[in-house]
Amino acid sequence: MKAVTAEHLMKSYGGKKAVTKALNDVSFEVEQGELYGIIGPDGAGKTSLFRILTTLLLADSGNATVDGFDVIKDFKSIRKHVGYMPGRFSLYQDLTVAENLEFFATIFETSIEENYDLIKDIYSQIEPFKDRKAGKLSGGMKQKLALSCALIHRPSVLFLDEPTTGVDAVSRKEFWDMLKGLKQQGITILVSTPYMDEASLCDKVALLQNGNILSIDTPGGIVANFGKPLLAVRSAKMFNLLNDLKAFEATEDVYAFGEYHHLVLKENTAKEIVHRFIDSKGHQDVEVLATSPTIEDCFISLMKAS
Amino acid sequence: MNTESAIITENLTKRFDSFTAVDALSFEVKKGEIFGFLGANGAGKTTAMRMLCGLSKPTSGKASVAGFDVYKQTEDIKRNIGYMSQKFSLYEDLTVKENMQFYGGIYGKSDAFIKDKTAFVLNQLHLEQEAKKLVKSLPLGWKQKLAFSVAIFHEPGIVFLDEPTGGVDPVTRREFWNLIYQAAEQGITVFVTTHYMDEAEYCNRVSIMVDGKIEALDTPSGLKKTFEAESIDEVFLKLARKAIRTAD
Repeated sequence: MKAVTAEHLMKSYGGKKAVTKALNDVSFEVEQGELYGIIGPDGAGKTSLFRILTTLLLADSGNATVDGFDVIKDFKSIRKHVGYMPGRFSLYQDLTVAENLEFFATIFETSIEENYDLIKDIYSQIEPFKDRKAGKLSGGMKQKLALSCALIHRPSVLFLDEPTTGVDAVSRKEFWDMLKGLKQQGITILVSTPYMDEASLCDKVALLQNGNILSIDTPGGIVANFGKPLLAVRSAKMFNLLNDLKAFEATEDVYAFGEYHHLVLKENTAKEIVHRFIDSKGHQDVEVLATSPTIEDCFISLMKAS
Repeated sequence: MNTESAIITENLTKRFDSFTAVDALSFEVKKGEIFGFLGANGAGKTTAMRMLCGLSKPTSGKASVAGFDVYKQTEDIKRNIGYMSQKFSLYEDLTVKENMQFYGGIYGKSDAFIKDKTAFVLNQLHLEQEAKKLVKSLPLGWKQKLAFSVAIFHEPGIVFLDEPTGGVDPVTRREFWNLIYQAAEQGITVFVTTHYMDEAEYCNRVSIMVDGKIEALDTPSGLKKTFEAESIDEVFLKLARKAIRTAD
């Protein structure tokens, strides 16, 4: 049995006038125990998708199952079996850390003791503050409490909607380490993120843009399908270099990429030819290197093609 | 004041009771520079930015922004800076054009200035067709680019950008940075925070705040050399992991 299936999901918002298509024929499958990433910017449809799968929103059409249960017919069973951490902090701010956890355990007819081993690594980090009100916690601690509460009934599938948005690079790394630990305990995890670099930490990813799936594959598979020669180039004047390279005849696309620009070529072109072209524009300190595409390169390429 | 500097701070400090949110910041930002202001959640970035924008009084230390003192000339500062954050930017229920008229008016610009500048921005962003549409009907990426143009509509000397590209798609994120470069070329100083470490590479200089203090400040390549790191991401992790404070 698949952990999650989605078939031709459609969802639009708004009246007859201004219709926003949040999901446009979205289909995918998640295997048991998989760490599955839904990667896409704001407005891609990530939250709509998660709300449909957690039975909080009805799709206009299409089917979906979670843990073998249908999102419409069996919504009550799904609610018992999944954990959901929405993008916005949604615990009770006026309850303490311990009271929040206790509350969620009771709602799901279990106890903290029964499933303590599952949350131990995460909860033990905030346990020293267990008598503090949730509203008084720091961002990082809130996140750990929310994750503990989403896990306390030992869900079979865990839905995490943008858990790392607005979170700094250090906390993001810590969070992904926690997810790796949970995956080892056999929990299927669906996680959404606008950060392209997090895609490489998933077993499989779906790239989502404006409600459309651009690609579904392993991170390695997506990168392997890039299919065009890619160079990293730099010079002393990066902004001018970008504009100069836009006019280069072999250029398919060129865009800033950290300390280099990434130059996508129409076909294999010797580095020396590119170098000579850049030199001819009067640039200093020119560097031209072969480089491997990242998920972000692939996303850009797929976005422009669609 | 040094006319080459857009921002100067000297031991700038902000305490809330016994908690020192910003601890003796001393740095300068040159005119026309793109200055990246990095730090983990809770490092004190927002508190520092609020002081520089004239929204919060420092506990001690000195600072001037666009030549104005952060204690005594906060109204002058507000008139001479632009500000944009990911969360608040534009009035959704006003049209594209109305937003520009509104901001131009707030800053006391003449009708003729507003008219010319509106035409310029609409052309620059290719938004002529959308001029009379409500901002809420625009895709997010367009909104962010428009928000930036509105933030510098009154031609301030400095613009403060607080995580301007959060959640934005990778193509729009780059278009946004093109606008930043164009603004810098016109002499506008850009002070920007971001969680995208690749964007730190686009800055002329970058500072990294840890526990209320600036732990490092240099060009991106200088930082990588000093910390023997391959990327700014690595520099950031090396420094921010030393933080004692918990986030936020």
